Amino acid sequence: MSDSVSSSPVTVQSEPAAGPFPPGRRAAWLRRGASLLAALVGIVLGLLAGAILILLSGADPVAAYWAMFQGAFGSQRALTETLLKTAPLLLMGLGLTVAFRAQVWNIGGEGQYLMGALTGAVVGLSLQAIAPPPLVIPLMLLAGLAGGALWAAVAAFLKLRFQINEIISTLMLNYIAEYFLLYLVRVPLKDPDSFLPQSVQLIRSVRLPTLGDTRIHVGFLIALGLAPLVYLLLWKTPLGFRIRAIGASQTVARYAGMNVSRGIVFALLFSGALAGLTGIMEVGALHTRLKAGILGGYGFSGILVALLGRLHPAGVLMASLFFAALTIGAQTMHSLYGLPMALAQVIQGLVVLFVLAADASTRRWIGSR
Amino acid sequence: MADWSSLLTLTFLTTLLISGIRLAIPIFLAALGEIITERGGVLNLGLEGIMLVGALAGFLAAYAVEQTASPWLVGVAPWLGLGAGLLAGALMGLIMAVFAVSLQTDQVVTGIMLVILGQGVTTYIYRQQFSSLTARVTTMPSIPIPGFSELPVIGPIFFNLDPVTYGSLFLLLASLFFLYQTTWGLNIRAVGEHPGAAETSGVNVAVVRYTAVLLGAALTGLGGAVLTVAQLGIFNEGITAGRGWIAVALVIFARWRPERAFAGAFLFGIATALQFRIQALNLGAVPYELLLMLPYVLTLLVLLRGDSRSMAPAALGKAYIKE
Repeated sequence: MSDSVSSSPVTVQSEPAAGPFPPGRRAAWLRRGASLLAALVGIVLGLLAGAILILLSGADPVAAYWAMFQGAFGSQRALTETLLKTAPLLLMGLGLTVAFRAQVWNIGGEGQYLMGALTGAVVGLSLQAIAPPPLVIPLMLLAGLAGGALWAAVAAFLKLRFQINEIISTLMLNYIAEYFLLYLVRVPLKDPDSFLPQSVQLIRSVRLPTLGDTRIHVGFLIALGLAPLVYLLLWKTPLGFRIRAIGASQTVARYAGMNVSRGIVFALLFSGALAGLTGIMEVGALHTRLKAGILGGYGFSGILVALLGRLHPAGVLMASLFFAALTIGAQTMHSLYGLPMALAQVIQGLVVLFVLAADASTRRWIGSR
Repeated sequence: MADWSSLLTLTFLTTLLISGIRLAIPIFLAALGEIITERGGVLNLGLEGIMLVGALAGFLAAYAVEQTASPWLVGVAPWLGLGAGLLAGALMGLIMAVFAVSLQTDQVVTGIMLVILGQGVTTYIYRQQFSSLTARVTTMPSIPIPGFSELPVIGPIFFNLDPVTYGSLFLLLASLFFLYQTTWGLNIRAVGEHPGAAETSGVNVAVVRYTAVLLGAALTGLGGAVLTVAQLGIFNEGITAGRGWIAVALVIFARWRPERAFAGAFLFGIATALQFRIQALNLGAVPYELLLMLPYVLTLLVLLRGDSRSMAPAALGKAYIKE
């Protein structure tokens, strides 16, 4: 079985750049420094390219970026919104960090998010009238985890059994999940008292508890708490070692006697589970019901966060805060200067693209020394 | 009341095939482009983003030309739109080539980045240009071929198509000739199979790969422009709705052969058309969301038929590092 998954059908990976780095402690530091430098260079160049775009749109880049900064950090309300946006980005990014470390290209976060939202909300809606909230909320979150993992498991099955590349399968499953959800909220799960295609609302007591008087909810704490756990998983456990080994070279991992299939399945299911948790978290804290609008585009922005964070939990934490600030700040920029909010998305994409370029250049520079 | 017998009439089948072939064209052009790119050894997963950029560029160009209201310009507006889509696609291809060939970044990651960037950029520009109004452009009418278009059944299916469909059939033949009968085609296939050997025999791998990526992306951008300019007449955020990804899957299904990609795209066209027709007939028994899933489920199904990796170009996805 393990032989059948040697590499993806589109023949990516197998022997990815093991890196032209010399062994030793100094090289490790050099590599880490280069990785951080690439991220900073990417951010600077991405923001500069964004400034050009703002200029072309006929606005003042300095004023626009200042509005963005104010909108993201300028008041307590702004800061709250930014932190609320950080939580889902962080969760998605952490899951994908594990997947990408194994060179498993799960780009179906969107679908797994929806399935997690769906299973979690169904559990919440069916138990909210009969069980106490301290029981319902954990069950909802667990159901979200399971729903996301289950949807990723479809892709894992297709990969192991039929060698269907996960890039294609997870992406197709996004659309399938979306239409499935649209059907459910239009017919079987529809709130009979509403004209809109949406489910019944979760009652107040089973929504995610908030911290004190703020709108920050426990999902934020869960995401924060998961960051060090993902670090421990990747660098301090045999499973994490196996995942990184598979990512470095499947062939070598297999010769070393590792079960490559199992590693791939874990990477897919783990990222799917966190995407599902993100889904139920957003529904349980913000949307409070199932409807078409619960999609937040987190599937793709999670990929960007993981890549900008250099597939390291600490980096992912910073990257998710940065991208959350861009997204929230863009709303202020939009209302003050009429610039489309999609500018945040463009800057995010450009930043990561420049990171890739800077990374390739520094890697060559180190390699040539 | 569900009346399934209405599915079996001749008129139904004819209209199904007509719209099937039309709907196949954007996916086919993207898949054809990707075949050329992958034959050159570069895996460009950015099709969805490239199609979107081509779709918007084509739409904006056609719209701008129509606004001039100059009588002789308006007639060629769709053609200028298609040209803009082609160029915009090539521009996206240039990004891919610089990253994958020159900088030798991970091709999977770079391709995914192109998709994200394409989505962001098109949303930004479209919102900036048309903040609220729904803009339209005139689509291409079909051209009946005299003498043949009156034939029963096959007449309307094969001899009363829009120029873009005829053009795509020509591109299919041209690509077969290009890939298998010209030196350029041979060079592209050589750098995709064994770049080292190609370089030894005097082929500049980097130049050939740039060509393959740009050409492929241009065709993909054209596919996007066909969608907006020739067929729908509008642009929306994410209007390609996964067609770029379906094209990626189709290349594997087609085992890197253009004629098989055409057959595969036709299958998708039929599936999509069937979904529209069943919706139009209002057979209440089937929820329309289920029908809308059809192309995506079909994509997974066609890949079930087994492993075709052995058919892939040997050096696909691998950067070539000159000795």
